[in-house]
Amino acid sequence: MKDKNMDTRRPDSAANHTAVRTAPNAATAAIPASLAGGPVCPAPALEEDAIQMAHGAGGRMMQRLLDSVFLPAFDNPALALQHDGAFLDVESGRLAVSTDSFVISPLFFPGGDIGSLAVHGTVNDLAMCGARPLALTAGYILEEGLPVETLRRIVGSMRSAAAHVGVPIVTGDTKVVDRGKGDGVFINTTGIGVVRAGIRVSPDAARPGDRILLSGTIADHGVAILSVRRGIEFGTTVESDSAPLADLVAGLLDAVGADVRVLRDPTRGGVASVLCEIAASSKAGLRIEESRIPVREEVRGACEILGLDPLYVANEGKCLVIVAPESADAALEAFRRHPLGAAAAIVGEVVADHPGKVVQRSRIGGARIVERLSGEPLPRIC
Amino acid sequence: MKFVDEYRSEEHARAFLEAIQRTITRPWTLMEICGGQTHTLLKFGIDELLPREITLVHGPGCPVCVTPIELIDQAVEIARRPEVLFTSFGDMLRVPGTRSSLLGAKAAGADVRMVYSPLDAVSLARQHKDREVVFFAVGFETTAPANAMAIYEAARLGLRNFSVLSAHVLVPPAMEAILGSPDNIVQGFLAAGHVCTVMGYREYEPIAEKYRIPIVVTGFEPLDLLHGIWMTIAALEEGRWGVENQYTRSVVRDGNLRAAAILEEVFEVCDRQWRGVGSIPLSGYRLARAYERFDAAARFAVATETAPEPSDCIAGLILQGRKKPNECREFGAGCTPEHPIGAPMVSTEGACSAYYLYGRR
Repeated sequence: MKDKNMDTRRPDSAANHTAVRTAPNAATAAIPASLAGGPVCPAPALEEDAIQMAHGAGGRMMQRLLDSVFLPAFDNPALALQHDGAFLDVESGRLAVSTDSFVISPLFFPGGDIGSLAVHGTVNDLAMCGARPLALTAGYILEEGLPVETLRRIVGSMRSAAAHVGVPIVTGDTKVVDRGKGDGVFINTTGIGVVRAGIRVSPDAARPGDRILLSGTIADHGVAILSVRRGIEFGTTVESDSAPLADLVAGLLDAVGADVRVLRDPTRGGVASVLCEIAASSKAGLRIEESRIPVREEVRGACEILGLDPLYVANEGKCLVIVAPESADAALEAFRRHPLGAAAAIVGEVVADHPGKVVQRSRIGGARIVERLSGEPLPRIC
Repeated sequence: MKFVDEYRSEEHARAFLEAIQRTITRPWTLMEICGGQTHTLLKFGIDELLPREITLVHGPGCPVCVTPIELIDQAVEIARRPEVLFTSFGDMLRVPGTRSSLLGAKAAGADVRMVYSPLDAVSLARQHKDREVVFFAVGFETTAPANAMAIYEAARLGLRNFSVLSAHVLVPPAMEAILGSPDNIVQGFLAAGHVCTVMGYREYEPIAEKYRIPIVVTGFEPLDLLHGIWMTIAALEEGRWGVENQYTRSVVRDGNLRAAAILEEVFEVCDRQWRGVGSIPLSGYRLARAYERFDAAARFAVATETAPEPSDCIAGLILQGRKKPNECREFGAGCTPEHPIGAPMVSTEGACSAYYLYGRR
C-alpha cells in the first residue's frame, strides 16, 4: 500500500506507561511491532473503481473490499482473526471509553482529512480523560459510488495517524448506503484507554484561584474547513490543527499530574463553549484575557472578515487545562517543551465572583460575559 | 493584525474615555445606527466604560432584523419549489418566517445554499443552467452595490435562470422616521461608517440641519466608536449640529461614485416595509425597469399567509431606540437566540442578540 505520509514513530512515553499490560497470548500482544513500521503487504487489487451496494452485503465483494483496503492497512492479529469482536487484556485500574462520529465536508482539507481526524478526535477525547489509548474501533458508512481510491487514501491516513499514536484499530464495520444517502463516507471511531493512576480530572473540579491554560493557537481547524467549503472558499494558508494530543497530555501529567483539575479539547463550539460548561459544572466563575488568547494572524483576519469570533470556532488539536495555581508555570513549561504546545499560554483564572459565568476582559479593558453558542455560527451579511 | 490592532489599543481607549469624561457635563442620549457598531460596543465592554451621563440606544441598522416576515415567507415558498436553487447570506438562513426558516426549508428538502458573495450566486446560475437560481438580496447601502453588480453581471451574461428577491433598505429615511417621531429621544447619531463609505454623507446634511442634531460618521473598531462618541458629545456640549466624519480612512463626502453608478443603473428607490417599524416612504430599492426581468417576486408568484407579529415583542421600539433589549419582559426568558420571538434576537447583528450574547441582562 502506497502511503507517502506513513509515520512510524512511536511516542517514547508509551513505553513508560505501566498501567497497560499486554498479555503474551492476547490478540493485542503483537500489535505494537506491526504498527512500528514493518513493510506493508501489497494490497490485492479490487476490480471495481467505485463502491457498490454489494460491498456492504456480506458476500464475496465485501470480503474482497476488506482484504484489499482495510485488513492490509490496519494489519494486526486482532483484526486478522475477523472475529465478531476483539479481546483486550488490561491489568487493573480505570478504563476510559469515548466515541465520536465524523461527517466532515470536504473529506480532504488543508492539514488533514476525515481519516486522520477520526483517529485524532477519539484519541484526544481519551487524552482528556487522562487516558492512554489502548485500542480503537472503526465503523464506516460508505456511499454507493465513492471512488475506491478515495477510500484507500482515507484508510491510509487513518493507518498513519493510528501508527503515529501507537494505537491499533482492532475491530471495525462497513456498511454501504444508496447514492445520495451519505456524504461519501462517514466514520465512527470508539476508543478505549487506560487512565493513568492518580489522575482525577473532571469538568466540575475547577476551584477559585486555579489557572486556565491553552495548549496553542485557537480556531485553526474551523477556519481551515471554512476556507475550502463550497460557497465560501477563500485563499489562505491556514491548516487544520488536527493532531493527537496523547503525548502532549502525557507530558503535562508527568509534570503536574495531581494538580490538573480539568482537561478538555475545545472542538465544536470552540473554547467559549468548553469554558461555559466548566463554569456551570464547577459552579465557579472563569475570567479570561482576550489579549492573552493565542490566535494566528491569518486566522484572526479570516474571522474578522467572516464575522466569526475565534472563541467559538472549532479546534482539533488543542487542549484547555485548568490547573492549581502553584503548578501553572510548570504546566506551561511542560506544554511548551512539546512541539504541539509551543504557543501555549496562561489565558485566565478561576474566580469566586460570578459563579457559573465566564467573563472576558477585552483588549481595551472592558468586560463582557461569554455565552454559549446558539445554533451554528454563520458568516454575517456585512 | 495590521489595521485592526491600532484601533484596539487600551492606552488610546483610556485617553478617549478621559477626554469624554472631561467634556461631558450633563446626560445625553446617542444612537449608533449599525448593528455592527452595537456589537463592538458590547463585545469590548465600551458601554460599561463610558461615563454614566451617556445613554446609548441601538439603531435599526441590522438588515436581517428589519426584513419583513412576509419576505421571509416568500423566500421560503420560492426555495421550496423543485426547480429552484435558493442562495442567501448566512445569517438570513435561520430567521423564522411564519411557518419555517430557510434552514427549516432546507431540512425539509429545499435546495438552499449559503453564499458569501452575490457573484457566487451568478456562478451557480452559470453552472446549473437547468435550475432557477434565486438570490435573497438583503442589505443596506453597504451590500447593495455588490448585489447590483450581480444583477448587472447576470444581464451582461444573458442569464435567464437567475433572479433576486430584493429586500434592500436605506438608512437616511429610517433616521428621519426616528427623528420625526414625537417619542424620539435621540440627541446625536453615530452614522454607519460602511454605509457612508458607499454613499458618502451629503444626504445626511439636510437631516442634521432640519433636526439641528449632530451626526458623526463613525467606524466599527473600539477606538472609532470612542472617537465618534467624543466628537458627538463635544458637539452637543457646544450646541453645534451638522455632519462630521470620524471615519476618514474610509469615508469621503461624495462616497464611492462607481458604486453609486451601479446602484443608479440597477435599482430605483421605493417605499418599504420595515419589520417591527412599519412602512417608511422611499426607504428601499426595487429593480429598475430595465432589470425587472430579474425580479424573483414577479417570476415566482407564490402565495404566502403571514401571521401578525407576536404582540409581546417590542422589536419596533427597540429598533427605534425607544427601549433597550433588557427592558423587554420576554428578553432572556421567553425570547432567546434558540427560541427568538422577534427578529433582533435572531440575527447575530441584532441588538437583542448582542445583549444576550454579551451578557447584558
